[in-house]
Amino acid sequence: MRYIEPHAHMVSRTTDDYERMALAGCEAVCEPAFWAGFDRSSPAGFYDYFCQLTEHEPKRAAKFGLKHFCWLCINSKEAEDVKLAEEVIALIPQFLNRPNVLGIGEIGLNKNSRNELRVLEMQVELAATHEQLILVHTPHLEDKLKGTRLILDVLKNDQRIRPERVIIDHVEEHTVEMVLDCGMWAGMTLYPETKCTPARAIDILETFGQERLWMNSACDWGVSDPLAVPKTALEMKKRGHVASAIEKVIFGNPKSFLKQSGKFKL
Amino acid sequence: MTKQQVLDLYFLDARHKLVELAAFLDRVERAAGKDDFRLQSFRQALTQLNGKKKNKVKAALLAFSDPTTTPIAKAAGKGAVGAYVGSR
Repeated sequence: MRYIEPHAHMVSRTTDDYERMALAGCEAVCEPAFWAGFDRSSPAGFYDYFCQLTEHEPKRAAKFGLKHFCWLCINSKEAEDVKLAEEVIALIPQFLNRPNVLGIGEIGLNKNSRNELRVLEMQVELAATHEQLILVHTPHLEDKLKGTRLILDVLKNDQRIRPERVIIDHVEEHTVEMVLDCGMWAGMTLYPETKCTPARAIDILETFGQERLWMNSACDWGVSDPLAVPKTALEMKKRGHVASAIEKVIFGNPKSFLKQSGKFKL
Repeated sequence: MTKQQVLDLYFLDARHKLVELAAFLDRVERAAGKDDFRLQSFRQALTQLNGKKKNKVKAALLAFSDPTTTPIAKAAGKGAVGAYVGSR
């Protein structure tokens, strides 16, 4: 069964993971810029990371027949330092025309601070100015509800932002409805311990329908599973979902959203 | 799916998780010292599970969530602990 992995941090994964994903039916992997697990010491560290995402990682993926796309930004975990964020954001426009860049992401909030919010607004401005798609990270655990509300307020208040060109990621049962009600897309992240399990993600699909929803593994350097999407497809099959409905969620939906970039071609 | 099919597919897994929850509560209750806001949120979430009310998972998640609406002055760290400290 073919699928798209719309959110994976492959710079943190081994080549074996690329092979396993390809064997499982993955046709394309999309990699948002994120926190490396430590704070970078200068904008130059981000410059190198953006080169890695746009030059090196597509070559690793291509060895297994996988298309590689990416999103660029400064992540919310490093957004408390506004001066650093301004310097990193200034680097991004020179990368936006590269062939695998889909948009600005994953921007958002982490602890819901004033500086994080300021940097979010700066990156929404960047996306609006350059007419880019937006991929949003919502905070973890106890901070998710508040952060999602703050993020939606920023996006709704900017008249240039078209909701159908925004994906709000890491939704759970207490945030998915407010995202869909805004006309935006919602991403469900399949994690072994936090965020959604496969069973809960399918519950959300059965409750809210299959429009403007996708599933991703968000696999990175932490506890995560690069095969979470095909495993959830198998769980859907166990529940009696027909093949066409499964393919819509794991292939058709991400394709529909991502092709709005003009660069997402399989 | 029918209720029987849901039970066939998920009952043993849910039973396993419920027993693990019970064991966790026994473990923390027999341990020395004081508990904190996390356990209080946990007990609040547990109260959402019994009875016929719908959307139990949403209610449980809300029991752990920060209900405030204004940004904090400064992020003191990067991590989340799973429960809102202000719910003490």
